[in-house]
Amino acid sequence: MSTRLSSGGRLIDRSAARDFTFNGKRLTGYAGDTLASALLANGQTLMGRSFKYHRPRGVVASGAEEPNALMGIGKGSRFEPNQRATTTELFDGLEAESQNHWPSLEFDVGAVNNSLAMFFPAGFYYKTFMFPRPAWKHLFEPIVRHSAGLGKAPKDRDADRYEHFYAFVDVMIVGGGIAGLQAALTAGASGARVLLVEQTAHWGGRAPVDGVEIDGQPADEWIKSALQTLEGMDNVRVRSRTMASGVYDHGYVLAYERLTDHAPEMDGPRHRLWRIRAKQVITATGALERPLSFAGNDIPGVMLASAVRDYVVNWGVSPGDRTVVVTNNDDAYRTALALHGAGLAVPAIVDARATVTGDLPEAARAAGIRVLTGTGIASVKGKKAVTGVTLCAQAGEGAVTDEIACEAVAMSGGWSPVVHLWSHCGGKLTWDADQACFRPDHDRAPTSHDGKPFVTAAGAADGVLGSADALASGSNAAVAVAEALGLSATASAPSANDPAETPMEAVWIMPQGAGPAKRMKMWLDYQNDVKVSDVRLAAQEGYESVEHTKRYTTLGMATDQGKLSNINGLATLASALNDEIPNVGTTTFRPPYTPISMGAIAGEARGDVFQPLRRTPMHAWHEEQGAYMEPVGHWRRPYCYPKAGETHEQAVHREVLATRNSLGLLDASTLGKIIVKGPDAGRFMDMLYTNMMSTLKPGKCRYGLMCNENGFLMDDGVVARIDEDTFLVHTTSGGAEHTHGHMEDWLQCEWWDWKVHTVNVTEQYAQVAVVGPNARKLLEKLGTDMDLSAEALPFMGFATGKIGGFNTRVFRISFSGELSFEIAVPASQGRAFWDALHEAGAEWNATAYGTEALHIMRAEKGFIMIGDETDGTVIPQDLGLGWAISKKKEDYLGKRAQERSHMTDPTRWKLVGLETVDGSVIPDGSYAVASGTNANGQGNTQGRITSTYHSPTLGKGIAMGLVLNGPDRMGEVIEFNKVDGTTVPAKIVNPVFYDPDGEKQNV
Amino acid sequence: MRRYSAFAIAREAARYHQGWERAWASPEPKKSYDAIIVGAGGHGLATAFYLGKNFGITNVAVIEKGWLGGGNTGRNTTIIRSNYLQDASAAIYEKARGLYETMSQDLNYNVMFSPRGVIMLAQTHHEVRGYQRTAHANALQGVKTEFISPARVKEIVPIINLDGPRYPVLGGLWQARGGTARHDAVAWGYARACSDMGMDIIQKTEVTGVRKENGAVVGVETSRGFIGTKKLGIVVAGHSGVLADMAGFRLPIESVALQALVSEPIKPCMDCVVMANTVHGYMSQSDKGEMVIGGGADGYNNYTQRGSFHHIEETVRALVETFPMISRLKQLRQWGGIVDMTGDRSPILSKTPVEGVFINCGWGTGGFKAIPGSGWGFAELMARGYSPLTAEFGLNRFKEGRFIDESVAAGVAH
Repeated sequence: MSTRLSSGGRLIDRSAARDFTFNGKRLTGYAGDTLASALLANGQTLMGRSFKYHRPRGVVASGAEEPNALMGIGKGSRFEPNQRATTTELFDGLEAESQNHWPSLEFDVGAVNNSLAMFFPAGFYYKTFMFPRPAWKHLFEPIVRHSAGLGKAPKDRDADRYEHFYAFVDVMIVGGGIAGLQAALTAGASGARVLLVEQTAHWGGRAPVDGVEIDGQPADEWIKSALQTLEGMDNVRVRSRTMASGVYDHGYVLAYERLTDHAPEMDGPRHRLWRIRAKQVITATGALERPLSFAGNDIPGVMLASAVRDYVVNWGVSPGDRTVVVTNNDDAYRTALALHGAGLAVPAIVDARATVTGDLPEAARAAGIRVLTGTGIASVKGKKAVTGVTLCAQAGEGAVTDEIACEAVAMSGGWSPVVHLWSHCGGKLTWDADQACFRPDHDRAPTSHDGKPFVTAAGAADGVLGSADALASGSNAAVAVAEALGLSATASAPSANDPAETPMEAVWIMPQGAGPAKRMKMWLDYQNDVKVSDVRLAAQEGYESVEHTKRYTTLGMATDQGKLSNINGLATLASALNDEIPNVGTTTFRPPYTPISMGAIAGEARGDVFQPLRRTPMHAWHEEQGAYMEPVGHWRRPYCYPKAGETHEQAVHREVLATRNSLGLLDASTLGKIIVKGPDAGRFMDMLYTNMMSTLKPGKCRYGLMCNENGFLMDDGVVARIDEDTFLVHTTSGGAEHTHGHMEDWLQCEWWDWKVHTVNVTEQYAQVAVVGPNARKLLEKLGTDMDLSAEALPFMGFATGKIGGFNTRVFRISFSGELSFEIAVPASQGRAFWDALHEAGAEWNATAYGTEALHIMRAEKGFIMIGDETDGTVIPQDLGLGWAISKKKEDYLGKRAQERSHMTDPTRWKLVGLETVDGSVIPDGSYAVASGTNANGQGNTQGRITSTYHSPTLGKGIAMGLVLNGPDRMGEVIEFNKVDGTTVPAKIVNPVFYDPDGEKQNV
Repeated sequence: MRRYSAFAIAREAARYHQGWERAWASPEPKKSYDAIIVGAGGHGLATAFYLGKNFGITNVAVIEKGWLGGGNTGRNTTIIRSNYLQDASAAIYEKARGLYETMSQDLNYNVMFSPRGVIMLAQTHHEVRGYQRTAHANALQGVKTEFISPARVKEIVPIINLDGPRYPVLGGLWQARGGTARHDAVAWGYARACSDMGMDIIQKTEVTGVRKENGAVVGVETSRGFIGTKKLGIVVAGHSGVLADMAGFRLPIESVALQALVSEPIKPCMDCVVMANTVHGYMSQSDKGEMVIGGGADGYNNYTQRGSFHHIEETVRALVETFPMISRLKQLRQWGGIVDMTGDRSPILSKTPVEGVFINCGWGTGGFKAIPGSGWGFAELMARGYSPLTAEFGLNRFKEGRFIDESVAAGVAH
């Protein structure tokens, strides 16, 4: 059983105990522990259950690559599933629970899957669960879903905060091992702006654990001084607990800083997402050790040799009294020596290679450790914990030659460079047969906007495994990068001690001739329970592409994304296909390198600040009045202003009647306002609108239609000509940004030589519609220097002057059919003007009305609404707006499109008014049914509703719609469908329901 | 073909699964075929399948540059629904949805069609009206949908936040028989069935040219030599423009990256698909337990299968707002595919200016759900020269202005 050693542990502080719980059990560790090291120190080797077979699992790694030891951590609004125990720093009060078992970790009913594993090979679910048909949805799928999944779903709203952070650097260096530190020293000395990030809380990577000496001192000393030097450089920033998660086009890099995960009592955001523009990126991300594929390699106690070494050296933890080391390379001997040095027994080093003569094996032999060459593990014994191993000849089929009792197995299949960041943005790999790994192909690096490489790999991430070489590699990478930036840097790297090594030998299966029964017990992907036999089955069944194999077996799809399993899986596939590994290729490396929280991605944008909120100058007034608001783009507009006890519908009706009978006030500030200015403004406006705008006289307004190049109506509004060169374009509230973009698109991409300038001034003006029979009286009461009479300021005129002391621009336009003045004032005066109107208007019961009253009044008057009568498929001709299309102009946007055969088809549906026979309201979105069905069996239609309301003015339901030959069918009754299958009869009428002669409006 | 069943698994278990045969053959190309489909994605394979099943045309090759099912078939978020507004769309998507219902049995391959239901949230009054319109259209189209209240939405999706301060949920369009399926299995199941009918699925073979005589196709040049045919179906999604260029015509298509992502797997917490178009995001939970998330397409054209991070950010932000509990889940993986977008965002299933060449493309962001319907209709078009399912999706609609615009009702996601 694992336990804490009486001494040692370079990262722990034995004077600082930390209490935590695991599955409710109270345990103690030390500051500096990870949850995994603390659990091991407490003898807890069983840490989880696998995904498919619910097999008992212990920790196998010591870092981000851990597939097994996943925990639910925290409580309530701070609960998070699937956290790796190996990267969770221990703190006082940490509450952890293991996952994917019922009723308990030790006894899991789901483990019945394990007994049935022979019936559940890769892809078994594609071959069964098909009968009876409803059983998949109602029986099999629920079972599959409940046994799959890992951690529990969080239930509560996240109590933590997250933030985004922006950085611009010359060189981003990823990885704080000795290669990354050296790269930062060299790059920093060149004067480049450098950002160095390290995913763990500690610097130096593997060097201190491996006993490396740099410049004759222990690695830790050199690391400390390197950090001091870097921190003294103004142009260098270093961040630990920060993982570079993805490299994107043009040097965009994301990094994920975990600020309070290790210290939840700290204030501030939990995670910070760094969004970095780096001119150059150096990936010094190290390498990951590979497991070996032998029978029983997933039993708790079987661990990576490097992880065992980490637990002993970094955290003073023994994996067990007796550890068998199994390897195909010299590096694992360091683990044997570390164990031996800590006073633990290493009964044997099992080495698959025939002869082993390196410095490290010699040191092991000298220490009295038995080294068995040409040997493999036949099987691991034990169920929930390792009890021993049986040995065999690596070259054979697994006949047992020996048996050794032990509590742990430390395995090493060689090292794979971490090439993820190199690959994210298109960097290619090359197969290194000597080291049996893929490493960056320097000739095919990711390229930036200029076609030049922007990512450089260094150290172990570049396949450079020796310490001295890694230091030199870091420095050389920095020099190359500095040169690319036009800076000068000097290569210099300290010396380091590297033992002479026997070359590693690729071992993809142990023993080499293992048969099918053994292969069913060799795990490749621990979490997803993918075995050597599964990959071979995929190949056998024709899933030969590496992507097919991955998807068929789920190899590499677990939360470690194949960090441990991919290369072993590829090699297994290659062997099954009798092909070379490089021909099989890799699956695609995708961000993030390790999972990052959704909270960090979303950042601060949640709740009230989910999106920018646009407020008119009168916004606060609306809220004070208890307005019911609706989102319109990023604005929120009052839908209506319900009084106490009023329903929304009652409020809307009151607002309509008050406006029609006396005086209504609308905050129209959200209306889009765009200035179009310049000598070519008239010419531009003629192209933009279907109308002739260039002939508009200064001081006059004109209602205009704007179409897209497909001829469809996209926006409408009133255009005022301020002077010869200046138009003020009013757009719909929701359409202002889009319309402005549309203008700029044409000006910048097509008519770039036209002398026109556009500015969106929507927020510079507050605008109020003063509407109703008493509108003019109100303005005159406030006092004005303008003549607002019908004669001096007729319908569709505008004037500039003072009202009640405010500087105003007054438009005689109406969207309600009433006498109406739309009055713009500077935004800063908006609230004061609004208040003045209300105060002076009190004698006429001035009533603020919202968007719904606006909609009803315009529908009563038969005015179209963009987004209701139009939907992106409607042309002005459909709406009876042919009068607004200039026949004199040679061209306008959409003209040619409107000449296409379908657009001129006389059977296009046309705008009409509709009234139910009984005065009821036709349902929104209803279609006019026609007899029969079409070729696909769908009910035929002959029209549809575009707007439908109860008209408070007329006391009945009114609607507008598009109907086949509608204008020619006045008085005809047609049927509109309801979702319950019944229909509503409605009569086709003129769409202008209210004041058809304009007597109310033109006074 | 030996049938898959629980019995077959038991039989094979006894011999360590050594007896399973190949799901599809890996043949050498013949000199010529009655029909060639370029592109072994879902749509191409389904086309081949229905050419054989419905029209008895089995001397067919499906030629694939990479590995079958490796394009958008294997990259989408597996949503199946047919609650479309326009008649032509509703017809082909509902045909597809109906075929998904029995696909596992038809193919003897469990594609795990899970009709768990799809909700499209209405978060503005405008959206409410849009979905009410769709519900009315669907009622006449034979597509079963209904507009449901916020309370019903909450009942179906307990993890949703109805009362977001910015975009409260006002209701939703609910299609109870929409859902998801295992995307890879759809391609694999069709491939196995096609192979069983004697069709040749030729992977890792690139079409490099289209040979014509007198304006009619006579075959394709490939990386493994010339292969003759008088009927050529081009079904290559993002690279449609490239193939059309080889055949000598142009397409009104833009190719852009569309991205998706998944969280780490968790125990079941959501039993339907939710699409939130106002805030731009949609989410479901896979059988493995991952939250499967998608959003909008990139705004610029390209052929690299990766996209801009800002879309991921926008999507995740929208969904954290809609489902606050996902804030403490972690993003496991993101990926991208190249989608082929037409001007009206509806597909093209059409004859072309080259006699004998047919094109099936332009599915944009919504192709997976259409696979069986698309194959059904396109096979009919190739075999008979006409299909009511594809009639409205011809290339000439762009000249005539006869668009099939779905953005009318649902702003973004298909």
